[in-house]
Amino acid sequence: MKNPLKVLSALTAVASLALGLSACGGGGAAASSDTITYWASDQGNSLDDTAAKLKPSLDRFTEKTGVKVNLEVISWTDLYNRILTAVTSGDGPDVLNIGNTWAVTLQETGAFEPVEGALLEAVGGKDRFLKTSWSTGGAAGKTPTSVPLYGLAYNMYYNTKLFKEAGIEKAPVTWEEFVADAKKLTKDTNGDGKPDQWGFTAAGASVSANSHQAFIRGLQNGGTLFDKDGKPTFDSDPQVAGVKQFIDLMANDKVMSPSDAEISQGSQKVDNVINGKAAMMFDQSPLKNFDARGFKDWAVAPIPMLAAGATGDAGTQSHVAGINLSVFKNSKNKENAIKLAGFLTSDAEQVALNKSYSSLPVVTGASSDAAFQTPEVKAKNDALANHSVPMPLIAKEGQMETLTGTAIKNLFAKAATGTVSDADIKAALKDANNQMAAAQ
Amino acid sequence: MTHSALESSPADAGRSAPNPAPGQPENVTAPPARKPRRSFLPYGLILPAAILEILIHIGPMLLGIWIAFISLTQLNLTNWLNAPFVGLQNFINGLNPESTIGQAFFSTVGRTLGYTILVVGFSWILGMAGAVFLSSNFKGRAILRTFFLIPYALPAYVGTIAWAFMFNQRDGAVNQILVDTFHLFGDERPFWLLGQNSFGAMIVVNIWQLWPFAFLMLMAALQNVPNDVYEAAAIDGASLWQQFRTITLPMVRPANGVLLMVMSLWTFNQFNIPFVLFGASSPKEATLVSPLIYQNSFGSWNFGLGGAMSVLLLIALFIASAFYIRMVLPKGADND
Repeated sequence: MKNPLKVLSALTAVASLALGLSACGGGGAAASSDTITYWASDQGNSLDDTAAKLKPSLDRFTEKTGVKVNLEVISWTDLYNRILTAVTSGDGPDVLNIGNTWAVTLQETGAFEPVEGALLEAVGGKDRFLKTSWSTGGAAGKTPTSVPLYGLAYNMYYNTKLFKEAGIEKAPVTWEEFVADAKKLTKDTNGDGKPDQWGFTAAGASVSANSHQAFIRGLQNGGTLFDKDGKPTFDSDPQVAGVKQFIDLMANDKVMSPSDAEISQGSQKVDNVINGKAAMMFDQSPLKNFDARGFKDWAVAPIPMLAAGATGDAGTQSHVAGINLSVFKNSKNKENAIKLAGFLTSDAEQVALNKSYSSLPVVTGASSDAAFQTPEVKAKNDALANHSVPMPLIAKEGQMETLTGTAIKNLFAKAATGTVSDADIKAALKDANNQMAAAQ
Repeated sequence: MTHSALESSPADAGRSAPNPAPGQPENVTAPPARKPRRSFLPYGLILPAAILEILIHIGPMLLGIWIAFISLTQLNLTNWLNAPFVGLQNFINGLNPESTIGQAFFSTVGRTLGYTILVVGFSWILGMAGAVFLSSNFKGRAILRTFFLIPYALPAYVGTIAWAFMFNQRDGAVNQILVDTFHLFGDERPFWLLGQNSFGAMIVVNIWQLWPFAFLMLMAALQNVPNDVYEAAAIDGASLWQQFRTITLPMVRPANGVLLMVMSLWTFNQFNIPFVLFGASSPKEATLVSPLIYQNSFGSWNFGLGGAMSVLLLIALFIASAFYIRMVLPKGADND
């Protein structure tokens, strides 16, 4: 009676030990020489859509090099944390997409392969790339650890049908015109005494989109998020003025629905424009949503500036938006990982990919393709090439986005549920500034 | 000699359970202790559990404590074993009531305490009411019992996502019922997930999710209260309220003690509900401690600070629990 039990328990103990050991050794077994893992960001209408649009390119890569690609598309809400986990454990994909504003933060971890030597050669040198996009690859003066993959920029998209109904003939150029037009476009269409069509819509609860506007509106007003010594200046007067212009759209000008304070996904605001619930929005690439919904009544214009024809920082309409590509330093298959980086940035693949994701090619050789000669792409190109500044290239960029974006999110929430005074805006930005300073 | 709750072995509990009458000299008849023999068997049997416990619980916990004393940021994340030791610096940064971070931490702890009291209090009242209600026999009891348990059976995320949709200001079910159907709030659609209301919304969701657990535990405890006690009390003229106060409550006291502690610990550490309702950053009025730690750790990659806050919480909850176990929980078989 006792002996079998004894044997059993000994077996269990041995089995658990063995399991523990095999779990530890599991990481190495998966890597085989002709398969690499690629984490792609969600550039399409959905994770599946993104994967489907990438597949032809990856198939061509496999055909050309014999290297299979194990693709995983990761949503934007998870990507940063997934990368963080990979960086911490040192066990990640071979190649991955990153939001280009994270480039410096991630560069500081030392987890990514510097773009020099074989990798620089594979992507064909930095002169092939748009200057503004290339500048996001890492901190100034350091070897970048990411190369641009898709280019994006903010533009204003508007519903032409609503414009016509309101008798507005051309898109506003200055901020003042923009607010005036937005007021004309805000109206009560069903006669209940409350507006149900709005001049402007934005994802008021999207932390990253809010932080972009804090950056852009700050620069237009002559402010910066950091002074030249790298100290945060979120609550400087021009910065507060810039944020106030954005919050006022809901709080004072009343051209933005209070419901927008709850929108956290950019696609919801695109819906508002498609449905005619709002007339204008700032966005980077809504075309894939427009096309998917068969929406034709749209047009594009530059983001309004304080004065027409403003140049330099005052003429900022966008940050240098986009997606970069990095090779993981711990990759056991670096040679093939570098091949993929080179392949995805080649002229032919840049044309194919940016066409299907309605983003901009980041290499000059692809920009001349017929697909990128539409007014929409030209507007985006102009914004990216002539009216965009990279988000601050500092190690704590991620935190800066979180703090400024959250402050604005909370201010929109306040505007939706009550009133926002100038002091409230100043206080919220001061709070964010203190937290940023404490963390540096 | 009194046994403490911690000393009584599961075997004791198992033996005394079928016969809960107090004062029974049961232990006297226990079989004489056998001479202990050295055997590998018991150790072998618990070894797998012990190894997993160390891997899954103890290891990460110790690592978390260690992180609180080092400066772990993105600069040294890949080489975290060599992150500089900074002693109590993380605690000083996080606890300085003058600083923005310290202020946020203390006000959040206070808010979380209030949140815990409200959620556990209401869940307990609802659970108790439900359990007493369903302890009498009537048609449809089984259906109601299943019905009450649904929120507990649903995956926490699924339930909370449904609530997030319902609370949506523009087209959520809550506003459709309250504003469109009953014309409350002067036909203005309130925001449930923004500002002050968000705290209340979060409490409602948590109570909805937690009360079935209280209901289940209390219903089980009520099964152990013999019916004749109530009959005797009724004959003596005790009202229903008196019966509840002087019979039901004292009889379920041991179960209550454990129940309240477990529910309080869960609620105090609540993370899922605010994360699903509000995303990575909760509204100021509704920030709880766990989401705050998450924001500090992952929003700003300042793991040392997050670790220090976690350690403080661990210590606080440990002291509170130890105190509670000694003061409130029944001491071994004597009170059974």
